Amino acid sequence: MDRVPVLKIGDLLLVSIQVDMQDQTALALQEDLAERIVATGCHGVIIDITALDIVDSFVGRMLSSIASISRVLDAETVVVGMRPAVAITLVELGLSLDGIRTALNVERGIELLAQAREPETPDDLGIDLDLDRFGPATS
Amino acid sequence: MGLTAAEGERIAALLDTQADKLTASWTDAVAAPLRGRLTRAELQRQVQDLHRAIVEALRAGAFDLTDERSADLRATLVELSRGRARQGFTASETAVTVFGLKQALFDVVDVRGGDAQVLADLLAVGQVIDDLGLFTFETYAKAREGLIADQAEQLLELATPVVKLWEGVVAIPLVGTLDSARAQVVMERLLETLVETGSPYAIIDITGVPAVDTQVAQHILKTVVAARLMGAECIISGIRPQIAQTIVALGIEFGDIATKATLADALRHALRLIEATRKARSN
Amino acid sequence: MTTDVGLGEPQLVTIAADEDVVRVRQLVRTVAVAAKLSLVDQTKLVTAASELARNTLVYGGGGGAEVTVVDSGRRKGIRIVFADDGPGIADLDLALTDGYTTGGGLGLGLSGARRLVDEFDIDTAAGRGTRITVTKWAR
Repeated sequence: MDRVPVLKIGDLLLVSIQVDMQDQTALALQEDLAERIVATGCHGVIIDITALDIVDSFVGRMLSSIASISRVLDAETVVVGMRPAVAITLVELGLSLDGIRTALNVERGIELLAQAREPETPDDLGIDLDLDRFGPATS
Repeated sequence: MGLTAAEGERIAALLDTQADKLTASWTDAVAAPLRGRLTRAELQRQVQDLHRAIVEALRAGAFDLTDERSADLRATLVELSRGRARQGFTASETAVTVFGLKQALFDVVDVRGGDAQVLADLLAVGQVIDDLGLFTFETYAKAREGLIADQAEQLLELATPVVKLWEGVVAIPLVGTLDSARAQVVMERLLETLVETGSPYAIIDITGVPAVDTQVAQHILKTVVAARLMGAECIISGIRPQIAQTIVALGIEFGDIATKATLADALRHALRLIEATRKARSN
Repeated sequence: MTTDVGLGEPQLVTIAADEDVVRVRQLVRTVAVAAKLSLVDQTKLVTAASELARNTLVYGGGGGAEVTVVDSGRRKGIRIVFADDGPGIADLDLALTDGYTTGGGLGLGLSGARRLVDEFDIDTAAGRGTRITVTKWAR
């Protein structure tokens, strides 16, 4: 089974889904991401689905779950790069992806995350939170 | 409707013996109803091509317009009727090019001689010419249909321009009646432009749309939802009073979709949102 | 509907495991491209096939998908038959309702797939397996 790589860039985790995922791969990605959010202390997750030519209800549910799980772990998720044909199909399918933020491309996604964080995070409190001290977060 | 090889051979000979006189008379018959819209030289060339193709097909053995041996003849007829269709000739003006051969045959062949064989052959060739005429007519109709379909498509393209109004703002001014098919094209074009231009705001201006029904309103709503899934916001502008009444009467929920009176208001709204985003980022 | 002519041999995919759902998607996409469906229609059909193939696996306990290019005389289309020998569906109306699920999914598989295709036919009863036939026509 393929695993989708999760990359850390600054304060962000970037996932670019490049393969036609089987359901197990999607579930594994969900678990990997939760672990990486906790391990890295990142506050933003960008999921790039530019390469996906379909999103069915299973992948849709995975995206919703990832968004909810990251929120519990204090990270915002943005899904970027959804193709027009995929969006039209999702609307017809009846999948609304509630609670998921979206952006046209990775760049806009990064902007959106920066914007979402800034008002509530005073720039530098000089405190380095070590999440490991509190034990792994459960979701 | 076909001919035996012997009949074909005799008729080919009939057409060939006075070829020049026949094609000249044929050209005359064709030229009259076209009233100079094609030059005589042009018509003459077409008639000669057709003459040659018919003679060759008749000589090739038992004649049948639908079989392999008549492929060249069919191709000649197709080329002729397509050309006529494209140049805007009517169906009769096209068919007359083939039927002119009948007239010409009666001019050239001596019927008063009363040779039974010649009369029988003339009847048989008459039927063949009818078949050729019908085939021409059908090809003509098909070519016209194709032309109409092409024009409809071009019109659809023309009628749905997606324009970039500002950095980050695209607009689609809709003009004319929106049916389901067109609404679908509009929706796809708009969403594709969002991706191509990386614009997070789209304005759908319906000032030029005389009426909306439930289906069209649904299409607009779906476009807005699809755009949101992709990370873009739509603003609808130019809703006429009657349309607003229809929307409410139909019980269609526009929810939290931004609606503005004019395209200008919608652009101002989009720019304000962009500005707010920019400020939030630079703070 | 029965007057449509099948073009070429039907192509079969056995659905017995997770990765077979991916194979169904890939086959349907290839056939849809060859039959000149528009991009949006391809996406809708592949998404519907993905939902139904997953249903065949999860609820039907496995089965098969048969993909055929059909010709109605006026236009070409693609017909897919999903068949399983599973428990069948006892209450069809309920199963076709948005949001109804017995498997912990979003409950959009069957009802959503139906909205994505042009023709949808389902033959099932409790204890008799399920056979779903969908068709999408080129425009």
